Amino acid sequence: MQSKRKRVKIGREKLQRVIEMCMAVEERSLDPFLIDVDEIVSVIKEYFPEWDLPEDLCLDAETIHHLASVIKLQSEWVKHRSTSLYTDPVLLEEKLVRIEKEEIVEVFLKAWHPIVELEQISLHSLAEAIRYWEGLLPLKERWKEFPSAEIETVPATREELIRQRILRDKAFSEELENFWQELKNQVKEKEEDGKIRYWDFVGAETYEETVRRAFMTSFLVTYGYATLEIHPLEEELFIKPYEKPITKIGKRQLVSIPIAVTTEDWLRWKRGELE
Amino acid sequence: MEKRRIRVSKRKAYYASKIKRATHLLFYRRHKKPGVKGWELRKALGSDYPKVLKILDSHLKAFDLQVKTVFEEEKPAEKPTLEQLDKARFYITLRGELTPKEAKMIGWRIDDLAGLAITIAYIISKRGKAPRKEVEELLRDKLPRWKVGINVDRYIRYGYLTQDENEQLYLDWRTRSEVDQKALIDLVLSTET
Repeated sequence: MQSKRKRVKIGREKLQRVIEMCMAVEERSLDPFLIDVDEIVSVIKEYFPEWDLPEDLCLDAETIHHLASVIKLQSEWVKHRSTSLYTDPVLLEEKLVRIEKEEIVEVFLKAWHPIVELEQISLHSLAEAIRYWEGLLPLKERWKEFPSAEIETVPATREELIRQRILRDKAFSEELENFWQELKNQVKEKEEDGKIRYWDFVGAETYEETVRRAFMTSFLVTYGYATLEIHPLEEELFIKPYEKPITKIGKRQLVSIPIAVTTEDWLRWKRGELE
Repeated sequence: MEKRRIRVSKRKAYYASKIKRATHLLFYRRHKKPGVKGWELRKALGSDYPKVLKILDSHLKAFDLQVKTVFEEEKPAEKPTLEQLDKARFYITLRGELTPKEAKMIGWRIDDLAGLAITIAYIISKRGKAPRKEVEELLRDKLPRWKVGINVDRYIRYGYLTQDENEQLYLDWRTRSEVDQKALIDLVLSTET
């Protein structure tokens, strides 16, 4: 006598197999009569009393659903075979492979009755077109409404480029140096073993400014002005400035550390939840 | 006697004007697809439009043309109901056959037409649905490889075939309207290869 657990396991496996079989018939257009419906119904009936969990009852329902699809295919199959259109597909395929191009065209022309259709202008649409043409302004008049802008090329000054945000008013390296100084000052103020929490340094009043600071910080680390200290268990992240920029990394392998700076994180930091 | 004559001539005039109107509707393309729906004809010609179409069809016989009715579902075994006719689409098609020379004249190359015939017959043999890959494989046997995909796309564009997201090909509205599927299969099977 099998234990209940074992019977449930076997039952699940059997239903899974039935579903796979039904799906193969549905998807690959196989002969639906390959499936013995009576036998499957008896399997479903046999294991139905074993199902207590909702998942098992869903599996049972899914099996019945797939079986119903196969029965529908069987009915369509019978219907098709009974119509005058039914021919042995293998025989037909064989003929199609062997038939000559000229011959198939000849055959097709006997069964093809193309639609007759005219795409011709009517008197009504002709009258409409004339009315439109009469109301249409000459090109000279229409183009007057859109005078083409005269474009003059002159050299742009540095101030103009800064105003248009193409250039920044400080060189990037200068900006980076200032940012490094700011980091060193903040670390000194905090007096925490020469490091500062990442969010305490990066976080700002607005989200945009926070993103800008995170962007600058990434360059501080990449160019050797600072390093990151990660405590994975505590989920803490610190930034530690170097006294002098380190240009030689040595044999240590470089790693990229992606840090998400999302609005949610920024809001949590503002609320003091990112400690 | 005179009254009867007048009544008959009135009825003739009535149908003559309806036939003219039906000819305009059916010959000139009004929508993206050719043909006119039954309900459109009812609206334009009145509820006796099936009779008007029957008379038009008999007139067209002399020109080797016919009024073809394509039902939304399968062709009803018995006389179609008014509802079925309203939903059906009506076309003017060739009644007889084209010669290969004439087919060329209406813009079909023999290769393209042969490809279309093979494709339609193959899909019919597969009960109305066949994977595009299989169809292309079959066509590659007789058509240049580079042309096969282009041709299948062309058959789809013309409305002979349609394709689903799983790249399965089906017969579309133009095949249903223009091709006598049973005749095609019978003719293919009766060829001596």
